[in-house]
Amino acid sequence: MFQIIKKKRLNSSVTMMEFEAPYIAAKVKAGQFVIFRVDEQGERVPLTVADSNPEKGTITLIFQIVGRSTMKLDALEEGDSIADLVGPLGVATEIPENTKRICVIGGGVGCAIAYPQAKTCFAKGIETDVIAGFRNKEIVILEEEFKQHCNHLIICTDDGSYGKKGFVTDALKAQIENGVHYDAVIAIGPVPMMKFVCLLTKQYEIPTIVSLNPIMVDGTGMCGGCRVTVGGKIRYACVEGPDFDGHQVDFDELMHRNTTFREREADCRMMTQAGQITK
Amino acid sequence: MPNMSQNKVPVPEQAPEIRAHNFEEVTLGYTAEMAEEEASRCLNCKNMPCVSGCPVNIRIPEFIKKITEHDYEGAYETIHLSSSLPAVCGRVCPQERQCESQCVRGKKGEPVGIGRLERFAADWHMQNVEEPAKKPEFNGHKIAVVGGGPAGLTCAGDLAKKGYSVTIFEAFHVAGGVLMYGIPEFRLPKAIVQKEIENLKHLGVNIMTNMVIGKVFSIDELMQQGYEAVFVGSGAGLPRFMGIEGESLIGVCSANEYLTRINLMKGYKDGYDTPVLKSKSVAVCGGGNVAMDAARSALRMGAEHVYIIYRRSENEMPARKEEVHHAKEEGVEFLTLQNPVKILGDENGRVRAAICQKMELGEPDASGRRSPVPIPDSEYELAVDTVIMAIGTSPNPLIRTTTEGLEANKKGCLIVDESMMTTKQGVYAGGDAVTGAATVILAMGAGKSAAKSIDEYIKNKNN
Repeated sequence: MFQIIKKKRLNSSVTMMEFEAPYIAAKVKAGQFVIFRVDEQGERVPLTVADSNPEKGTITLIFQIVGRSTMKLDALEEGDSIADLVGPLGVATEIPENTKRICVIGGGVGCAIAYPQAKTCFAKGIETDVIAGFRNKEIVILEEEFKQHCNHLIICTDDGSYGKKGFVTDALKAQIENGVHYDAVIAIGPVPMMKFVCLLTKQYEIPTIVSLNPIMVDGTGMCGGCRVTVGGKIRYACVEGPDFDGHQVDFDELMHRNTTFREREADCRMMTQAGQITK
Repeated sequence: MPNMSQNKVPVPEQAPEIRAHNFEEVTLGYTAEMAEEEASRCLNCKNMPCVSGCPVNIRIPEFIKKITEHDYEGAYETIHLSSSLPAVCGRVCPQERQCESQCVRGKKGEPVGIGRLERFAADWHMQNVEEPAKKPEFNGHKIAVVGGGPAGLTCAGDLAKKGYSVTIFEAFHVAGGVLMYGIPEFRLPKAIVQKEIENLKHLGVNIMTNMVIGKVFSIDELMQQGYEAVFVGSGAGLPRFMGIEGESLIGVCSANEYLTRINLMKGYKDGYDTPVLKSKSVAVCGGGNVAMDAARSALRMGAEHVYIIYRRSENEMPARKEEVHHAKEEGVEFLTLQNPVKILGDENGRVRAAICQKMELGEPDASGRRSPVPIPDSEYELAVDTVIMAIGTSPNPLIRTTTEGLEANKKGCLIVDESMMTTKQGVYAGGDAVTGAATVILAMGAGKSAAKSIDEYIKNKNN
């Protein structure tokens, strides 16, 4: 059993939880993920680790409440435990050598995964810019954390209610056109956002790493559910990823395959509103 | 006087039309009377040809004789000397290619039903003997086993019996490996697997779940923690796909994914959260046991048509005969000498059909089987909404890519010597991680040999 040490709502649909998981905390690096299972009936759900504290033996997960499992997880409180937490899985992010300045881009809840990337780069002495994009002011998360772990933070919102108005791609383009030279870009967020960031960085030939979130069951290289097409070849996000060269990824295919169980997710949300899913 | 009937005593089964709609066990097993009648067909041959056909050399005539003497527990104990998982093997071994293929009775009529008798003895023990196995005295040596599948469980069991302190590191939330995630409930009830695992725990085997070795600890770290030898039974890995157009459509998945959702995650049961594809018409590509398991599971999930598409003829199918027979009885449609060449999607990107090409058999290939040759212009469209790929796997890369000094062959299978030791001192391996996808009993045989070698290694090392 893995105990919840701390729980905090970051916005109306995003929750942060800190878990006691000493083995994982001792090993996890930015870009790696865990799989959680809430209880005996639960499914196995992958989540990239947002933060870790090896001394305390804890890891932090930040998740958006989208389907049955994240609803069940969100219904738990500090002191409660979940059945399983396994990791660290996947390959840690590899920042291209000789990177002097990097732009870490997070979109929405993807900022939870962009955050440890920024933290790692900043700690290595790389000049780190963060562009964090959100739909509106209400859902902005991790602003304080980013501020402490990067050189320049640009927040943008689609509706202009906070920070700059526009998409992360607009902010990135403005930076580049103002003469900022990036050796690399890391983009993590909704698949369309990653796709458009990659289209832009391709024009400027900036190496771009993306973190993919395909459907998974085991997360250890067994089920093949997480297969993605990268550079025209089948790659398995769980053991070869979740990071890939963004300029090689078939984002449209990923977006499509991620809708496999969408109807069921919608049913679950409806059931919850009807009070059918509780702790 | 032995029972000279040419046929095995039939084993009670659920009727096909009923069992095709439930996940309860298909084969119900012998009663004591049936078992004794079948056991009396054994001629108790002096040279015991059946034993040489068994990968773990169970003393077959001896346990069968005990059944005729009503000593069912004695029969179980005889089996248990050689096999750590009797109730499992009686159900899933390809007996027709192992022990039973060597049976003298098979020369005229059917061989003795060794598998059925093994199952009887194991089930009798489970139902009637409460006394847990005794934990042997600790011999002072710690061994780590990576992977809680058939190879790892067998290796752990054999070492525990010799007094080693054994810890199994299992990646999933439950031990059992393919016995839990792959083989369906209707062929191997999960309660039986867990009971066998409980027996190992009584012997003192410690099981740590949610531990992916290669990630949370490396093999070297395990050795630093005081494990004097490590056995790697990490099993099969990445599923193969065919590389044909349409494999990324919604409705195409590997048999591993389909079966894991159903078996390990219990997606077929109400109240469990893991979703399973809802299918009306399913094509399963492949002719092995995994293909049969996926096809029969699809029927039970409510599919109206389930096809097995296999590029050779039924004679070349690697699946157990009984599985093919059961699948046919239940209504699985066999499309042999055919191969899918393309999968078509509808306007929503979901599978709507597979284009199949007909084949004929040509010259024998490297495997000794006649190789399939496409027949020109024979393509046709088969309407399906799900395509399940059961065409094999390649070994899991996690351990070999994170352990220095561990060499693998071109296919990614770990290289071992005759003693099952890898290219790294003190690290042994066996099962699918070494052979590529094979059977439960071969993995158990490998686990057993490795346990013997590890025991010798530790003894020599400490002398």
